[in-house]
Amino acid sequence: MTTARLVGALLVGVLLAAPFMPLGVSREYTIHVLVQIFIWSFIGGAWSLMGRFGLTSLGHGAFLGIGAYTTTLLWNFYGLTPWLGVLVAVLITAVFAVVVAYPCSRFQVVGHYFGLVTLAVGEVIRLLIVAERDWTGGSLGVTVKPAGQDSLLAIQFADKRVFYYGALVLWLVGLYIWVRVDRSMARSAMEAIGEDETAAASVGIHVTRFKIGITVLSAVLTAIGGVAYAQYISYVNPDTLAGIGVSLRIVFAVVLGGMYSLLGPTVGTALTIALAEYLRILFGLKFIGMAETIYGFLLIVFIIFLPAGIYGSVRDLLRRRSSAVAAPARTTA
Amino acid sequence: MIDPLFLAEAAINGLLLGGVLALLALGLNLIFGVIDIVWIAYVDLVMICMYAVYFIVQVYGYPIWLGGLASVALGALLGIGVHLLIISPILSSAPVNQLLATGGLLFFLQSFATFLWTTDHRSVRLTLPRLEILDMPISVARLIAFALAVLVMLGLYLFLTRTYIGTAIRAVSQDREAMSLMGANPQRVYVVTSAVGGAIAGVAAALLIIQYAVHPFFGAAFGPITFMICVLGGLGNMVGAFVASFIMSEVIAISGVIWSTEMGYVIAFVVFIVMIFARPGGILARRT
Repeated sequence: MTTARLVGALLVGVLLAAPFMPLGVSREYTIHVLVQIFIWSFIGGAWSLMGRFGLTSLGHGAFLGIGAYTTTLLWNFYGLTPWLGVLVAVLITAVFAVVVAYPCSRFQVVGHYFGLVTLAVGEVIRLLIVAERDWTGGSLGVTVKPAGQDSLLAIQFADKRVFYYGALVLWLVGLYIWVRVDRSMARSAMEAIGEDETAAASVGIHVTRFKIGITVLSAVLTAIGGVAYAQYISYVNPDTLAGIGVSLRIVFAVVLGGMYSLLGPTVGTALTIALAEYLRILFGLKFIGMAETIYGFLLIVFIIFLPAGIYGSVRDLLRRRSSAVAAPARTTA
Repeated sequence: MIDPLFLAEAAINGLLLGGVLALLALGLNLIFGVIDIVWIAYVDLVMICMYAVYFIVQVYGYPIWLGGLASVALGALLGIGVHLLIISPILSSAPVNQLLATGGLLFFLQSFATFLWTTDHRSVRLTLPRLEILDMPISVARLIAFALAVLVMLGLYLFLTRTYIGTAIRAVSQDREAMSLMGANPQRVYVVTSAVGGAIAGVAAALLIIQYAVHPFFGAAFGPITFMICVLGGLGNMVGAFVASFIMSEVIAISGVIWSTEMGYVIAFVVFIVMIFARPGGILARRT
């Protein structure tokens, strides 16, 4: 445990110093990629709060979209600072999450059903954004109105390093919440529910309450992630922040990394973003669609050959090796 | 106030669309009922078959029935391919992995279609007469699609009830373990089911391309509504899916006329949530 803490402290130290490393011209780009990794890891972690208990949501894009569009539209039309906008976004997301989660948990919509229902939820929010094109800009998206200069009130800064530290803090808060949930009573209750709902209910676990609670927490954190991403990119678009595409990307990153471990979502997100960036640079504007094709192909291959995710597979490998070392020791003793 | 004639026209169009949606829902349901996996990319297979019909008919100039047959054959082959290459290695994996693998296929097909054929909308132009009933224009293409969809559904019903392999398919969907204890080979049943499910996608493609233009994101447009229909009818419940498709297509068609197409889908979703509240196990589920 102490070595793990030491490694953790070292990692945070390196990340704190990272923006000042002499990387020359590629510094801006490196920071840009890292900010994205922090924000999407935070969102992936929020997803895994539900996903690890068998609530496989394929519609987290809905919460992202609600969060990002609420703050952006409030700022653009009413000049409401995103700091207050995010509170409104959290409130709307929470209500929306309850509306979806209540029938699902009350009537035992689980497994594939839950996946399909949430997938439809994500797509419907995308369509709603497209349909309300008069103020959302439809499928063209909308730009966050520039404040003119660096402004803490508008969360707009010219220097990417500000966003870097903001995203880093966000990511650490996400990890902290993950650990808190991991060590709480709720975790045992949710695991019992994930195993067998009826059995869990029979020992006095309030199934509906726990399910709605974890869904709302996950949804709200996802919405905050959506706000952070919108503020950083200062542009929102229904295809990048709602719908099937982004929802599946979140799930893929988490499952690739491993959803049962603290750093699994981060590892998965870092890898998928690195892959997407590499393919984007490799193909550029030639062969439109090719990068995504390879992405989809690799997704299938990874799922077939690494079912436990990268983090999980590596851990299994290490465990097997350590037990292989320990086994002969036991026989000699 | 909207002219009642418009609403009646929308209702008829909804009914005709419902036939094709029912076909899609039945294909997806059949696969889910037997293999216990939802193909997220099901409607994207339809999209690929639609491109096939487009190229055969519009580019190479062959007759439409030939394009339709080719589409059915291609659909069956794609179904077998999906099962053998993607589903069969992950049959025992966690549900999230199974959903994601077919989700990956969705990404793959969507972007490969973008790469090969760009995002242009392409349609097959047939010169069909337009019927007028009580001053309402009725598209003959839609009538034909509806009639064929109903015929294929009847055929599917006969296949499942009157043939040996059809009976085996129903048996597996009822109790997988008992079937293997009886000495049946589930793998063979799985492949046949995937082929039939794929062939239904091929039929649906041929029926859709005469009404709608095809583009790489066609699957994203029709997929969610198909999933909602399947859940509303009760996954694996064929009759439920059939009824649900007509409810949903009417909601979409009528609210599409009153507001907009996108709003139609949003309202369909609201109806969906309300109905899930009222009938959690699907609209035809027996209350316990």
